[in-house]
Amino acid sequence: MLKIADHTFSSRLFCGTGKFSNSKNMLAALQASGSELVTLAMKRIDARGNTDNLVAPLLELGTKLLPNTSGARNAEEAIFAAKLSREMFATNWIKLEIHPDAKYLLPDPIETLLAAQQLVKLGFIVLPYVHADPVLCHRLTEVGCAAVMPLASPIGSNQGLLTREFLQIIIEQATVPVIIDAGIGCPSDATAAMELGADAVLVNTAIAASAQPTVMAACFKQAVITGRMAFEAGLAKVQHHAQHTSPLTGFLQVNTSKSEAKYAL
Amino acid sequence: MHFEQVFNGLDREHLRLAIYSTTSSQVERALAQPAGDVQALMALLSPAAQPYIEQMAQQAAHLTQRRFGHNINLFIPLYLSNLCANECDYCGFTMSNKIKRKTLNMAEISEELAIIKARNFDSILLVSGEHDTKVGINYFYQVLPLIKQHFSQVAMEVQPLATDDYVTLVKLGLDGVMLYQETYQTGTYAKHHTRGKKQDFYYRLNSPDRLGEAGVDKIGLGVLLGLDDWRLDALLMGHHLQHLENRYWRQKFSISLPRLRPCVGGIQPKSVINDLGLVQLICAFRLFSEQLEISLSTRESEQLRDNLVPLGITHMSAGSSTQPGGYAKPDSELEQFEISDERSVQQINNMLSSKGYQAIYKDWESAWRLS
Repeated sequence: MLKIADHTFSSRLFCGTGKFSNSKNMLAALQASGSELVTLAMKRIDARGNTDNLVAPLLELGTKLLPNTSGARNAEEAIFAAKLSREMFATNWIKLEIHPDAKYLLPDPIETLLAAQQLVKLGFIVLPYVHADPVLCHRLTEVGCAAVMPLASPIGSNQGLLTREFLQIIIEQATVPVIIDAGIGCPSDATAAMELGADAVLVNTAIAASAQPTVMAACFKQAVITGRMAFEAGLAKVQHHAQHTSPLTGFLQVNTSKSEAKYAL
Repeated sequence: MHFEQVFNGLDREHLRLAIYSTTSSQVERALAQPAGDVQALMALLSPAAQPYIEQMAQQAAHLTQRRFGHNINLFIPLYLSNLCANECDYCGFTMSNKIKRKTLNMAEISEELAIIKARNFDSILLVSGEHDTKVGINYFYQVLPLIKQHFSQVAMEVQPLATDDYVTLVKLGLDGVMLYQETYQTGTYAKHHTRGKKQDFYYRLNSPDRLGEAGVDKIGLGVLLGLDDWRLDALLMGHHLQHLENRYWRQKFSISLPRLRPCVGGIQPKSVINDLGLVQLICAFRLFSEQLEISLSTRESEQLRDNLVPLGITHMSAGSSTQPGGYAKPDSELEQFEISDERSVQQINNMLSSKGYQAIYKDWESAWRLS
């Protein structure tokens, strides 16, 4: 079981709610994914006009919500969005996203750290979306984030684990759960992320932009389970060369046993 | 550095010849790696790319769906005034045109807003003629706070303003500015803009840089397709976009692709862009810039708008009126141009659903910044 803050999850697949063609498809896909944590963008919520087609269906679904601050361009805006989300959904969980870069939507590490620090002080359970930067993940853990969410590749790019080596370093050193977010393009990417030892993955575009979101969500569910099982079972080490059946240093063992035998006499 | 310097370094005649001498192998190379490359954009805008239109459409549809999902953002224009101090021979608002002139006062704006809000819109584009004294910065300072009370996203399509004015408008809640160059070809520009401040080609050309410097979130470029060679105008707009994207990395960019349409006292297009050309243009820009927002107006016909949806369009207007006060009291004597797609918002919504798309009314929250 995965534990983040005081909450346990039996599914290690978290899902996004953007880019679906309608709320019916979104709900069907979320159900098929088995996900127990879904994120939604505060900027999409229309508290005045109720045009968003997001909140009502998600509340009906009953899955734990993880509001996110996507659209915020600095710490101040993200904190404001977080406070709004706490009022609106009565949850202190927040996915902290600050990506002022309009082109690749890459996260701003400086603003993210500043916001995380303050949000933790304000009593939020903070899950920050960051670049796969091991030192930044240390710093975010030090200020009290409940998990870290490093990216695999740019949001919505479906490019898979481009940051694999750095994700590995983050996972190796992490003292909080590591959720790999952004860029996971196909179920095999999710399996690979889980095999690396990630605690969970977050998938949106690969499911929502698929021609059959519900089928794809079910595929991701299986992929995450498989990857996790493989990790827990212990993957066989990758060898770059064959294991020799007649090793070159075998003679050492023979000589040692002979000399030991002599002294024994 | 403003775009003027880049623009003056471009040999437009050379570019025009290069577009028309593009070979199919250049098009094939462009299709393999089109992102962010103006050379590739040039090939994709060329006549040589037309036989590849299906491949371009497939790639464009795929990229658009990956970036924007099965979503189309809806917005509505609000015409504040048809007063104008410019003479532009293609526009119904042109100074010498004997039409009824009207500028909405606060009460009239409120009436319009009530109707628009009842149609669920949360993204609004304020449009006016260009009249600095009667519909100038002081008028905008007055109307913006009123409009911002009701809309998450407010954009403007008005005369170019000074950087400091943009800074103040951003503080009042301005999210985007659409500022169309109309044509990048100086001779043609001079021919069509014969009186008023709009005659200053370079002031207009440098305006998007001022928007970037002022921190306006969304900057819209556009050319009036038909004023001159649309392929060259589109390519020059691509150069403009590249300059801006690299300098103002926090900003979002959008383009509009209006085709010259008949209007009162208007002119006939010099270079007609047919439907194939429009599709080519949309696809070429999508392949050039995956994140670019592309807006399609009600100038286009129902059938064409429906078919263009999956190819790269991200924003559509619906149920539009192009005259000040037109939602509360329609009066065709005031309008800028005739619209072709006259369907209601609900009809557009239903059309999008039937194509597997969701109409998005709200995707932005600038109130976080104004708090």
